[in-house]
Amino acid sequence: MKRTELVVSSLIVVALMICKFLLPKPLLFSPLVSTIVTILIGCAFLVIFILTVKGKPIERRIVFLVVGIALVFPFFMKVELPIRISPEVQQVYDKMSSLPAGSKVLAAFDYDPPSAPELQPMADAFMKYAFEHDFKVIMMGLWPQGPQQANQSVEAAWAYNPQWMPDSADEKVYGVDYVNLGFQSGNEFVILRMGESFKSMFPADLYYTAYDSVPLLKNIHNFSNIDWGVNFSAGKPGTVEWVQIAVDRHNLPMSAGNTAVQAPMAYPYLNAGQLIGLMGGMAGAAEFEKLTGHTGKAITFLLSQTYAHVAVILFILIGNVAFFLNKKEKK
Amino acid sequence: MEQFGIWLAALLTIGIISFLYKDNILYKACEAIFVGVSAGYWFVTYFWDNLYRKFYLGIQGAELSDQIFLWMAVALGVMMLTRLFDKIGWLSRWPLAFIIGATAGLYMMTYFVSNAFVQIGATITPPPSMETIGDKISFVLIAIGTFCGLIYFFFSKEHKGAFGGAAKVGIWFLMVTFGASFGYTVMSRMSLMLGRFDFLFGEWLGLIK
Repeated sequence: MKRTELVVSSLIVVALMICKFLLPKPLLFSPLVSTIVTILIGCAFLVIFILTVKGKPIERRIVFLVVGIALVFPFFMKVELPIRISPEVQQVYDKMSSLPAGSKVLAAFDYDPPSAPELQPMADAFMKYAFEHDFKVIMMGLWPQGPQQANQSVEAAWAYNPQWMPDSADEKVYGVDYVNLGFQSGNEFVILRMGESFKSMFPADLYYTAYDSVPLLKNIHNFSNIDWGVNFSAGKPGTVEWVQIAVDRHNLPMSAGNTAVQAPMAYPYLNAGQLIGLMGGMAGAAEFEKLTGHTGKAITFLLSQTYAHVAVILFILIGNVAFFLNKKEKK
Repeated sequence: MEQFGIWLAALLTIGIISFLYKDNILYKACEAIFVGVSAGYWFVTYFWDNLYRKFYLGIQGAELSDQIFLWMAVALGVMMLTRLFDKIGWLSRWPLAFIIGATAGLYMMTYFVSNAFVQIGATITPPPSMETIGDKISFVLIAIGTFCGLIYFFFSKEHKGAFGGAAKVGIWFLMVTFGASFGYTVMSRMSLMLGRFDFLFGEWLGLIK
């Protein structure tokens, strides 16, 4: 390791320790400090632009650092962004709010922790709404870590209203109000078999209770016994497979929440009426949180994402200016 | 114990992020730990969810026809493991052939219905609400985009004259689509980073409420 690298690493460690032990918690910038930080980030871009125009392109690490700063500093700013509800998220909410109490809802958690920042806020808001309106929720996952994400959303609902916890006054009883069927391998073939029989794919729930012994599952044999399905998906198997089999073959009314990467693949299904609404990425999650009234991480993260997007757009513009200037000079 | 877990996760996260500076030994160690833990987690999950829950619990009290299917699946699974032995390794081709055949058969039907038939129907059918000028413009744009996009992929005729012009319009539509996808991808990658920063500055450093 070079001497400068050692110095930089030590400085980072010292900075982190100051953050950990000396700074006030939680840290919140005043409006003045927030404005100054924003202006400083803007100034950094101006300097980068001038250097690029002068033919001194910056190092890629500077790009990472600036994007990182643009992501982190908004955590400490108290700025409320206006959130406009898109028609596709409104459709999800309209469908969900049209369901009467006691409706059987199938929630497929097809994602793992890396995609949780985008999908968990949607799942949390859904679960709080479902418990609030007495839906009977059947959770499952086509991804190995999906059922754990499902349990996290139940815990988020408990944190929101401790009365729903076990042994509380308004307890949501496992096996009666909600059940976690766990993970099943086989991708789209699992959905295909569920069309005939849920039990054939899930002989027991996540905790090895036999399918027939779970009261909530007594009269649920296949998709025809489900009132609405919602899929939180980060890839394959996910929304595409659910639409192709559960929706198009078995007429399950279904909505979806997707990571932003996957959302463009799901939009054709939305426009064709195969999906009832779509929540795409962090923006979709924030809109859903706003509609359900359960403010969570997505709304908090939206400011950071906006700053980061502006940073990326500015870098693209600077890169293009440099490209055309270079071309001109070569001529 | 919980604090130990948070510190460990924080140090591993910083180790992975350190790759942005340059490849280093801390990053390599974190990467190896991640791969090892993931493989172990998947193995345990598949064992308990498939062999124990689906097979062992599923076979108890099941009808004979279901039992036969479960035993067949186990037999195919065992045949897959024969790859480890040179002399009988050829047996592993049977379950592979079964998987490929079944998947191809399923995809042929599902993609044909959901991604071809229904999509074509939706493209040529005006949406039920054509109330606003925006709805009408979108419908016309989708029709033009689909038509020109298809022309771009039609290679039996040289892309010249009006035909070439339509193909060029098709390219523009494709570029806009790729641009939208790129935008969404950036949004998604930022979200991944946000999740980690939220953990570092929230759970670990305690700076976020």
